[in-house]
Amino acid sequence: MIQIEKLTKVFNSGEAGEVVALKDIDLHINRGDIFGIIGMSGAGKSTLLRCLSMLETPTSGTVLLDGEDTATLKGRKLIEARRNMGVVFQGYNLLMQKTVAQNVAFPLSLSKTPKAEIAARTEELLQLVGLADKKDNYPSQLSGGQKQRVAIARALATNPLVLLCDEPTSALDSLTTKAVLQLLQDINHKLNVTIIIITHEMSVVKSICNRVAVIDESRIVECGQTETVFENPASDITKLLLGYEVNE
Amino acid sequence: MQETIIKFAPLLLEGCMDTLYMTVLSTFFAYLFGLPMGIALFITKQGGIAENKPFNAIFGWVINILRSIPFIILMIALFPVTRLIVGTIIGKNAAVVALSVAAAPFVARMAEQSLEEIDSGVIEAARCMGATNFQIIVKVLLVESIPSIIRGLSITTITLIGYGAMAGALGAGGLGDIGIRYGYNRFQPNVMYLTVVLLIVIVCLIQWGFGLLARKVDKRNTKVKSFGVNFIGGAKGVARIYKK
Ligand SMILES: Nc1ncnc2c1ncn2[C@@H]1O[C@H](COP(=O)(O)OP(=O)(O)O)[C@@H](O)[C@H]1O
Ligand SMILES: [Mg+2]
Repeated sequence: MIQIEKLTKVFNSGEAGEVVALKDIDLHINRGDIFGIIGMSGAGKSTLLRCLSMLETPTSGTVLLDGEDTATLKGRKLIEARRNMGVVFQGYNLLMQKTVAQNVAFPLSLSKTPKAEIAARTEELLQLVGLADKKDNYPSQLSGGQKQRVAIARALATNPLVLLCDEPTSALDSLTTKAVLQLLQDINHKLNVTIIIITHEMSVVKSICNRVAVIDESRIVECGQTETVFENPASDITKLLLGYEVNE
Repeated sequence: MQETIIKFAPLLLEGCMDTLYMTVLSTFFAYLFGLPMGIALFITKQGGIAENKPFNAIFGWVINILRSIPFIILMIALFPVTRLIVGTIIGKNAAVVALSVAAAPFVARMAEQSLEEIDSGVIEAARCMGATNFQIIVKVLLVESIPSIIRGLSITTITLIGYGAMAGALGAGGLGDIGIRYGYNRFQPNVMYLTVVLLIVIVCLIQWGFGLLARKVDKRNTKVKSFGVNFIGGAKGVARIYKK
């Protein structure tokens, strides 16, 4: 469903010169996957996700979404493609001046969705993430885990095919992390949404991802079924992330 | 002093009304033009949703230049324009023109500042959801910055009261005009003091009112209890300490 081919992203950041954030990335993500992308800080994970969510345009290479090159999308088609993709951020990025229900309804309010339909869908989504009783609260009144649930509900509002999650649990404690990961897994099963999850924690990959790619210094160093990669880590960085001793 | 108050009460009341009239109207026009200018500055800057470096640079310069002209000079320079718009260069309506022109670039910078306070992640999230630039402006930027814009509104209003008083020197009407006419030209300092006291009261009321409103509409720290609850809570705490 998503094919990434020879994706390269170079930032031109003034005095610092050129920063190669992604180099020749090749990845295939299948429908129904919970695909983990793991790497150390600065490896290029967020940049990769931003290329997928069309917030950045690749310097070279292509991102194919159901066979269509996302870089060529414009206007209506771009908006449509974005609505087929939900994004969940580490920092939640909720509207602070809107209630929980208004936040979840936000993506629907952008298209001409009838009011009654928005209300019903919002209710249904809040039920799904277990926050129906918080619908009139404001984000500032919620815990981190609850905020992330709201963000997940919001990302699902437009019935996307893919959910992109950039370190969705990195700001949460381990118990809350478990609950949020469980929710993502439920969503994957119940709604058949493909999930791409970025993380720097092996435990996240281990608990919900069926496939994983390891990214290091802008390149994919390893990719495969989670069990295979965990049992036979091929690269030093994977071993490091798994907590092995690595001899220099 | 009492005599002065009684004698000048009607005049001072009229002065208050004129000052409020000039302030409210010029604040309105300043925002009518200044707010879109501030939004334009914000969205065209580097990394903005409608990035446009040349426009941003030129527009930024224009605003800086307008802001650096002393108000009295701007007012005089605007006389031909003022005459064109309201048909005269004296009186409160004439002053509104100058006050609006002086405040619009000020408002633009303040609005820009308010918009800067919004977490860029929220704007990005809206973009991911397929929001158009117009939707981002209306449904994200303006909504998320409301408390900050209200605080800016109080600063603008108070600044305009000060400018309005200055405009009194050029025959604008209002409390400033009365203060100058009686206090300075006719050596009646008591009248001048009264106008100053009235201006102070008006400024304090505006500051207090907008502050209250901003706190009321801001949903970011709804956990923070109101002053009353805090006060009672604090008193309870103190009582507890003393019991020990
Ligand atoms: N907008 C940008 N401009 C310049 N350099 C950037 C930008 N975004 C990311 N980078 C650089 O690209 C590299 C990868 O960043 P990122 O994708 O955020 O890593 P990660 O999410 O894995 O921590 C880093 O060296 C970072 O400094
Ligand atoms: Mg990152």
